[in-house]
Amino acid sequence: MGSAGMEVPAVGGSPLLRKWIRNLTMPQRVIGLLLLVLLVFFVIMPAINIVYTSLTFSLSDRRLPQVVDRGLEVVPGEFTTIHLERVFWSKLTKKMFLIPLRNTLIITLGLTALSMLIGSTLAWLVVRTNLPWKRGIANFASIPYIIPSWPIALAWISVFKNTKLGGNPGWFQYIFKVPPPDWISYGPLPIIITLSLHYYAFSFITVSGALASIDSRLEETAELMGASKFRVMRKITLPLVMPALMSAFILTFSKGIGTFGTPAFLGLPVRFFTLSTQVYSNVKNNLPGDAYLLAIVMILISSITIYMNAKVIGARRSFVTISGKGFTAKLVNLRKFRWIVFALVILFILIFVIGPLYILTWQTFMEVDGDYSLRNFTLHYWIGPDGATGRLGQLLGEGQAGILRNSEIWRAAWNSIRLALTVSILAAILGVLLGYAIVRGRGTKLSKSLDSLSFAPYVFPGIAFGAVYLGMFAKRIGPIPALYGTFALLVLVSLAKRLPFSSRTGTAAMLQVDKELEEAGVLVGAGFFRRFMKIIFPLTKSGFMAGILLSFITTMRELSLIVLLVTPSTKVLTTMIFRYTEGGYHQYGDAITMFVVMISLVGTLIIRKAQKTDLSKGIGG
Amino acid sequence: MDNNKLKIRLDKLRKEFGDVVAVNDINLDIYEGDFLTLLGPSGCGKTTTLRAISGLEEASGGKIFIDNHLVFSKKDEVFVAPSKRNLGLIFQSYALWPHMTVYENIAFGLKVKKLPSGEVAKKVKAILEDVQLDEYGERYPSELSGGQQQRVAIARMLVNQPQIFLMDEPLSNLDAQLRMEMRSELKQLHTRTKATTIYVTHDQEEAMTLSTRICVMNEGIIRQVGTPEEIYSRPADIFVASFISNPKMNFFIGKVENIKDKTFIEAGGFSIEIPSGIVGARKELRLAVRPEDFYVSDKGVPYTVQTRLPTGRSQIVMVGNQSGASITLLFNTEVNIQADDIIHLSIKQEKYHLFDNDSGKRLN
Ligand SMILES: Nc1ncnc2c1ncn2[C@@H]1O[C@H](COP(=O)(O)OP(=O)(O)OP(=O)(O)O)[C@@H](O)[C@H]1O
Ligand SMILES: [Mg+2]
Repeated sequence: MGSAGMEVPAVGGSPLLRKWIRNLTMPQRVIGLLLLVLLVFFVIMPAINIVYTSLTFSLSDRRLPQVVDRGLEVVPGEFTTIHLERVFWSKLTKKMFLIPLRNTLIITLGLTALSMLIGSTLAWLVVRTNLPWKRGIANFASIPYIIPSWPIALAWISVFKNTKLGGNPGWFQYIFKVPPPDWISYGPLPIIITLSLHYYAFSFITVSGALASIDSRLEETAELMGASKFRVMRKITLPLVMPALMSAFILTFSKGIGTFGTPAFLGLPVRFFTLSTQVYSNVKNNLPGDAYLLAIVMILISSITIYMNAKVIGARRSFVTISGKGFTAKLVNLRKFRWIVFALVILFILIFVIGPLYILTWQTFMEVDGDYSLRNFTLHYWIGPDGATGRLGQLLGEGQAGILRNSEIWRAAWNSIRLALTVSILAAILGVLLGYAIVRGRGTKLSKSLDSLSFAPYVFPGIAFGAVYLGMFAKRIGPIPALYGTFALLVLVSLAKRLPFSSRTGTAAMLQVDKELEEAGVLVGAGFFRRFMKIIFPLTKSGFMAGILLSFITTMRELSLIVLLVTPSTKVLTTMIFRYTEGGYHQYGDAITMFVVMISLVGTLIIRKAQKTDLSKGIGG
Repeated sequence: MDNNKLKIRLDKLRKEFGDVVAVNDINLDIYEGDFLTLLGPSGCGKTTTLRAISGLEEASGGKIFIDNHLVFSKKDEVFVAPSKRNLGLIFQSYALWPHMTVYENIAFGLKVKKLPSGEVAKKVKAILEDVQLDEYGERYPSELSGGQQQRVAIARMLVNQPQIFLMDEPLSNLDAQLRMEMRSELKQLHTRTKATTIYVTHDQEEAMTLSTRICVMNEGIIRQVGTPEEIYSRPADIFVASFISNPKMNFFIGKVENIKDKTFIEAGGFSIEIPSGIVGARKELRLAVRPEDFYVSDKGVPYTVQTRLPTGRSQIVMVGNQSGASITLLFNTEVNIQADDIIHLSIKQEKYHLFDNDSGKRLN
């Protein structure tokens, strides 16, 4: 290769400077670094703040008996072990920590067991038997997954509340004339049952997926060898769906730990506390240090379960059965039980899926709570005017107008919609950017840190996350003014909690855009912004839109995350429901609930229609 | 063809992915008007080299010159953006934008360059005619056949008038027949435009028929650069000899025998006289003979026919002997051979290759 003719042009300037300029103009680096700053702010700072607050004094600690008795001097910000002592090693420990912990575990284990039982039974019936009308059943069975979890609790209250705790009688007492015992009206049993009726959908979806992917020839081979049906179930089918069961278990368990609405509605009236409601009550009682320690405990429990989940999902790969595409699953013939089982399943759906919604709706038409007769029918709670009176001349709802004519509700609805819109659009944009930085920077430290940092909010139960943001933004930090009581704070916390979902969908969408499609743009000199708008965005658009709608629904129905953060001026529909129900105005609470339920259902239908896929997967977040 | 003007020079170009050295300090000169093929087995670093030249991948070391300009230097932190290197690339996947019509795909680069829309339309139309797709401007890529998509990719590259064409296995997604057609289209394109082309493939036949020069790579290293004839008739080492051969090259361990002042190689029963002086003090070396370089003669070495695979135009014959040697032969169909026949083989004059046992380098 003899061409000495190539002269080497002189290169001026500093190589180091060039290197920096170039690094700083690579889009995935720039975006990545900006996002990293954002994530540190969203995720790391709250985590530091929560630990810091629980290990230091705050002003409100002055009135703590431990402080007063020992004559301690409270200097806000100074290190103290007083909260550790109060929560883990004092007379209060039992009431504040051990009992809520025990209750949380009882409820979570109970609801996990029950929901898995319901979910996997339904899954087996729908996937592996000759049950009639399977598609319809599958669709109805996933409704609880789409709507929030607490409407079922509200329906339970309507049916089983008793007069012992004051208020009007429920449906049960109205019909049978005897009040149901307390343990049926409130406390662990109804909490477990109502939550199971929501969470069974997790197991239903994961187990149906696993069952549908089993090649029934695997089972037939065993049968041909003379194994009994039961033995086949135990030795072949069960091991194959085991990973799915495990991950349903862990998913349900980790969600159950943090659940707030239902334990609040069904537990607080009888002073039955779980960790989440205890955190809520500690914050309300101005005991942030204690609240944060409990929140840390919740985060630890959920981190452990999620760590286990990762291990299970990792192990699951080895279980994937490789088989040709078009295998036919042999269905179990239910024979003469076919219609009986069908009737039972329909009954289940009518009572437990449709039933609660029906009861809630009915309740909104009752002039006086607890009177189920037809003459008690009213439209007041929907469209009644201010100061309307009832049959007996009493003021309805203390003179408040029906929800469709009530300016306060309209304001809350507007807040809800404003919040959900802002959050869902910002979350989708953030998601695409995160996806871009993570996928294009694959292999770099930056990409890995973005990936794991954006997942971190997943381990924060909603109520704990809300509590942390409450503490962090109560006062000014650097250039950021105190945000408590502002709409911006609600947006921030909701956006942060959506991060895991955003980055997952963003990454998935970006993975579908072949790198070469963008490079073909690079080659002809299209700048980053142009490539993004003309190539990347159009190709990820449908995922982007679905992401927006999903985030919209999830944010509309969010309660635990923001219940600590709303103030009268920023109240939203879900917190209105909470207040009305706490105050005994069930008709109002239920009417708004039905409104939120309708939005969730319609939104999901739109996504399904547009995507032609089963999107229930993404909703849990 | 002006073969003297240097167009691209790679100087100790290196690319690492973590621990993997994909391109290992390669030097390569490419001249104006060259159709240079990077040929080598999967994973040898062909794509990486191409992408480093285009600037889509940043190399980890070395220098790249294009038209006497330094476009990349690790040491000096010089990096000229891909779009400023005056080159076009056809991706293996074509990378046609699926949400744009054929017209929009081709017009995109011109719009980026802010050409007036009248001119854009004119240019796109002209190029569509060139590739015989004038009817297809409003279609989406998914509505085209593989060969048509290929032509859109070519048109999209041509419309920007690059001086260098880079192509990464552009034919590998097509079926056998279409591949032959497109192969001759590519050849015509090169003859017409005379643009310097770097072409990546792992198909030796494609490389042989298209290239003015071939660069054989293995494990990130260049093994040989030369015209197709050079590569075929004088492979530089054992790797090239075995890679560029179809059916596979026959290798023998050869014993060096010095009788009087003549030197002979004894291998597989054959005895070949070779020019003395090229073997030095070696006692043993590697002898390689192509399947087509044997002929049947009465004075030859006896071998038993084991299998015969007729291909229609020719026949591949496997033979063996008692000492365990086996040879693959390629004959035309006129040679009448049956399994279990005993045939006597000789090696054609000068049609053998000698390699050093240890380094694998060519000796003769
Ligand atoms: N982005 C990457 N990250 C890590 N390793 C890579 C990457 N791209 C290529 N490699 C590795 O570098 C080596 C060379 O890859 P390259 O794609 O250049 O091979 P190739 O010759 O084009 O092969 P093929 O014929 O299969 O396309 C391989 O070992 C490959 O695994
Ligand atoms: Mg390649």
